[in-house]
Amino acid sequence: MKTKKIRSAKWNSFTYIGGTLAAVLTLLAVVSIFWTPYDPTAIDAMAKLAPPSAQHWLGTDNLGRDVFSRIMDGLGTSFLIAVSVVAIGCIMGILIGSLCGYYGGVADAILTRVCDTITAFPAMLLALVIISVIGGGQYNIILALGILFIPSFARIVRTEFIRVRNLNYIQSARLMGVGDIRIMVCHILPNTIPVLLPAITIGFNNAVLSEASMSFLGIGIKPPQASLGSMLSDAQSYLRNAPWYALSTGCAVALLILGFSLLGEGLQRSGRRN
Amino acid sequence: MKYILKKLFALIITLLIISFLAFLAFSIIPGDPTAKILGMDASQEQIAALRSELGLARPVLVRYWEWLTNFLRGDFGTSYDYNLPVGQMLADKLPVTAALTLISFVFTVVLAIPLGILAGSVRNQALDHIITAVDQIFMSIPQFFIGIIMCFVLGLTFRLFTPGAFVSYTQSWPKFLYYLLFPALSIAIPRIAMTVKMLRGSIKSELERDYVRTARSRGNTRRAILGRHVVRNAMIPVITFLAISMAEIMTGTIVVEQVFTVPGIGRLLISSISSRDFPVVQAIVVMMAAWIVLVNFLADVINQLVDPRIRLQ
Repeated sequence: MKTKKIRSAKWNSFTYIGGTLAAVLTLLAVVSIFWTPYDPTAIDAMAKLAPPSAQHWLGTDNLGRDVFSRIMDGLGTSFLIAVSVVAIGCIMGILIGSLCGYYGGVADAILTRVCDTITAFPAMLLALVIISVIGGGQYNIILALGILFIPSFARIVRTEFIRVRNLNYIQSARLMGVGDIRIMVCHILPNTIPVLLPAITIGFNNAVLSEASMSFLGIGIKPPQASLGSMLSDAQSYLRNAPWYALSTGCAVALLILGFSLLGEGLQRSGRRN
Repeated sequence: MKYILKKLFALIITLLIISFLAFLAFSIIPGDPTAKILGMDASQEQIAALRSELGLARPVLVRYWEWLTNFLRGDFGTSYDYNLPVGQMLADKLPVTAALTLISFVFTVVLAIPLGILAGSVRNQALDHIITAVDQIFMSIPQFFIGIIMCFVLGLTFRLFTPGAFVSYTQSWPKFLYYLLFPALSIAIPRIAMTVKMLRGSIKSELERDYVRTARSRGNTRRAILGRHVVRNAMIPVITFLAISMAEIMTGTIVVEQVFTVPGIGRLLISSISSRDFPVVQAIVVMMAAWIVLVNFLADVINQLVDPRIRLQ
């Protein structure tokens, strides 16, 4: 009993560290909606590319804007996009995956094939195709990535539904005359949570990374809205004179992804143990 | 053989579907290409003339078939922006991206497999946790940020290369390859970390199998079991993973070419997307998609050669 407790604490060090990191960055993003140390779009010609100081914790950019404020704002953009994308992918994925997994049949075979094909391609590449057709900007990115993230969630939910649907307690529920929808929602769906949680953190990270990459390439978020990707792209030009700009912005992206991937790893491990 | 033929058939069907979807996506774009070529103040007659010249008035399937047969003959259409054949625009950029992808893949395989085996055979709990943590960190840094750090540390500080001073292979092969080492490594590092994680997990779960205990009880050393049985079995899922890596690496070139100003396919793709030069975007996307499907097919074939059990499924 005792050894088990020690071991579970050790497994969850991932959850603790990742959770803390993710929580701090989430807090920064949420606070940025109401307050940032400076106006993230306020241009100060006197303080161009100023190094980090007591006034500007992470220095200023090429237009004299406070980098820390812009990173907070950029985190807000990343969160808004990633959360919306995961919400679309997850909800649609649960809907499609549960129906396919529960009923099976021809529709299931076709949809599974389609999902397999879509997931064989890197999301970034497909997102680029969609963006090139419908154009960039925040809402188009959410739409493009949201659609692309459906298959991975649908697959996970489907597999779990197939595993659970023939278990004895479901059979008995059916014998008792419980309806299909009630079985799906109340008896099978809760079982998918242990696999769905890590998938959500992975999806979140992929969304953050895809948005940052597209904005870095100049086809994502449009300025003046702050995005960590487009900030990095700007910062790269001033790498020689103001390395702190690129390093702090890049670290913000990396820490955000690290936090959520550690959290996901921790959740996955505790899910596996149960 | 039957397995390969079946997979080959699936490959051709997939390629057809993908090329059709790519064709369809770029033919339903809001805004006609005629508006882009002729400008806003073109007369109705001019537009009609150009539409029939571009063949836009005919049914989609007819146009798709024509586009496909032209594509297979190496005629990828004409760029709206440069009025050049797309094939000509791709010709000198393709070797650059191909070299970058290949170098990056070699880095991934050569570094990830030994590191993964090493990480998988570690028995010390504390060390195991450190490895996992370091691995997670490297997995979390986006490729373009690794590229920027590399430009700053290796380029500007240690002056191992000059960021932006790309040398074309037409001028000097050694300098060309040397410059590509840095972007290739930026693409490879997160992939290496992911492959190590995958291989490590694969080895760990393989080590818990019954045959390992049996082999151990027969007096085999741990090392011998690892080398002779465990690593071989553990490599099977990794082969598929490496094929996926090939696709991810190619996508990585799109971003990293931008960081290191490497004039490859990826940079052309991005500039074409920004200027809505669709024939170029279409050609590049179809090529990349075909490459990914092909790599997955090869992974399937290699997998069943390595593991005959798959054929029976």
